[in-house]
Amino acid sequence: MTRKFPKITVWRAIFAAILASGLYATYLRVRYGLGGATNLSDKFPWGIWIGFDVMCGVALAAGGFTLVAMVHIFNIKTYKPVLRPAILTAFLGYCLVVVGLLYDLGRPDRLWHPLVMWNPHSVMFEVAWCVTLYSTVLFLEFLPVVFEKFGLHKPLEWIHKISVPLMILGVLLSTLHQSSIGSLFLIVPQKEYPLWYSPLLPVLFFISSLAAGLAMTIFESWHSSRAFGRALELPLLASMGRVLAVVMSVYLWIRFLDLAHRGVFGLLLRNRIETWLFALEIGLMLVPMVLLYQRKVRMQPGALYACAVMVLFGLIANRLNVGTTGLEAGSGTHYIPRWSEVAVTLSIVGAGFAIFRAVAHYFPVFEAPSEEQAHEEMGETEADPVAIG
Amino acid sequence: MSKAILYDSTLCIGCKACEGACAERWGLPYDDKIAAEETISAHKLTAIETHGDKFCRRLCMNCLQPACVSVCPVGALQKTTLGPVTYDADKCMGCRYCMQACPFQVPTYEWNAQLPRMRKCNECFERQSAGKLTACAEICPTGATKNGDRDALILEAQKRLADSPNQYYQKIYGLKEVGGTSVLFLSAVPFDQIGLRTGVPQEPLPDTTWRVLELLPDVVSTGAVLLGGIYWITNRRDEVAKAEGRRK
Repeated sequence: MTRKFPKITVWRAIFAAILASGLYATYLRVRYGLGGATNLSDKFPWGIWIGFDVMCGVALAAGGFTLVAMVHIFNIKTYKPVLRPAILTAFLGYCLVVVGLLYDLGRPDRLWHPLVMWNPHSVMFEVAWCVTLYSTVLFLEFLPVVFEKFGLHKPLEWIHKISVPLMILGVLLSTLHQSSIGSLFLIVPQKEYPLWYSPLLPVLFFISSLAAGLAMTIFESWHSSRAFGRALELPLLASMGRVLAVVMSVYLWIRFLDLAHRGVFGLLLRNRIETWLFALEIGLMLVPMVLLYQRKVRMQPGALYACAVMVLFGLIANRLNVGTTGLEAGSGTHYIPRWSEVAVTLSIVGAGFAIFRAVAHYFPVFEAPSEEQAHEEMGETEADPVAIG
Repeated sequence: MSKAILYDSTLCIGCKACEGACAERWGLPYDDKIAAEETISAHKLTAIETHGDKFCRRLCMNCLQPACVSVCPVGALQKTTLGPVTYDADKCMGCRYCMQACPFQVPTYEWNAQLPRMRKCNECFERQSAGKLTACAEICPTGATKNGDRDALILEAQKRLADSPNQYYQKIYGLKEVGGTSVLFLSAVPFDQIGLRTGVPQEPLPDTTWRVLELLPDVVSTGAVLLGGIYWITNRRDEVAKAEGRRK
């Protein structure tokens, strides 16, 4: 009897090592509580499980609503080929956010409490409801893919009937909770470092989530084109790169005005860890923004991908700064995540990649380009979304 | 007419009787080792801090408009009309937003428990409801900790400031801080010298998030109409184009 083992590659070995350490960290978390698995303390109650797993997870899953809004509501059909992978990423993203929450909550068995015990004055309550409802919306938005796979035509029709209100609901819910993740920190004016504390936090979080959604779409298209040997939808992604540059410009401009009006530029002269982290964050957004304005960069897959990755890292830096490092000085303490916190986070990210790959392999996530699409791609020119809108 | 605690640092001799009484009231262990800890934690809900030859007490401020109550997604924290901020451990799901939001970093957590709870002083809500004094005020041998109606205690504090102007720093801590707290402090020296946070905002913190949350109905209604309208217009264009028989 011969059994077929998967071939051992470097990536698979790394993935296995991460999962193994994640499993051991999970044991520590369950057996010894938050204190046994994290470096959290009374003075520093939120770590990377909130700062990364939840805050970055939600932002990186923003491609779902961004693409739904662009393709179906603004009717920019050019982007249709990347809509399904974006919805899949979003749905997986939210599932993984919930997994992260299960690790972070002191009482994960009570995850459902906000649904029955209400406090409308709490931003967290609003986020809990929006995330729950939006995950349901994403599930319904992804269902057609499953129905198609199994040739279920009747349910496919039903779901198409409710698709428009569903999509509008999804965009609204996303707008609310993407911004509310920023609003969470409005209540700590004395704690959050002034480079990040702003009454505009909800606005900034919303706009940057749009950028995260676009960058994530470029990122995942690039990876899946390599993984599945598909042709890269370059003209489409290049045009998306341009939209991304515009969104980043709007974001950074508001950010600049906000800092100017609050008169905190002087802080940048201080040699503090916050200054450097701020510079890193802004640099990771500014550089790709400038690059993406150049057609040459956009039309080159590697450069386009590199820009998208930079934007993603810039946004991750922003979320981590707002959610963890920006609070350290104000909390009068230092926080460096314990290995087990990092192990759980990496495991969740790794699982995300693996599940995406498996689902994309078995379900019709990547559609064959329709005739309409082929017509619009027009050889080597960039697809122009503005021409349609 | 809400209840409050007045802590007069100039009368405190650092005997820590309040700590012992508090531990007893919560059924928490208390020994010399715990007495030596100068920070509040899940097993020590009030602490006497030493600042040179001065003392100060740490305990939940039971704010008039508490940030913790406003942020709790499940309403486990409540501001009672009596004054104390109470906590219902059966509702709490352990998100620890209260700990993040508290401007005084008061709420503490049972980090090593498998079924952890948040812990904080609740100004002896059960005792005060029964008409008794808080455990700390009852045991205090010098009257440094007094318990009573907030308005009466403010008058009392103002009287002490007026009667002995040389003995006191001429301010009451807790009158305006974060919109007012149920624990008031008097001191011989400026408050930051006995570890009180003078940098906290004067406005009630729940306002900071409510300003945004109250826009929610506006965002939803405007957004729904806007998105619906855009959808209608963009798709109508396709329909018209189709009807007129021209293909792009």
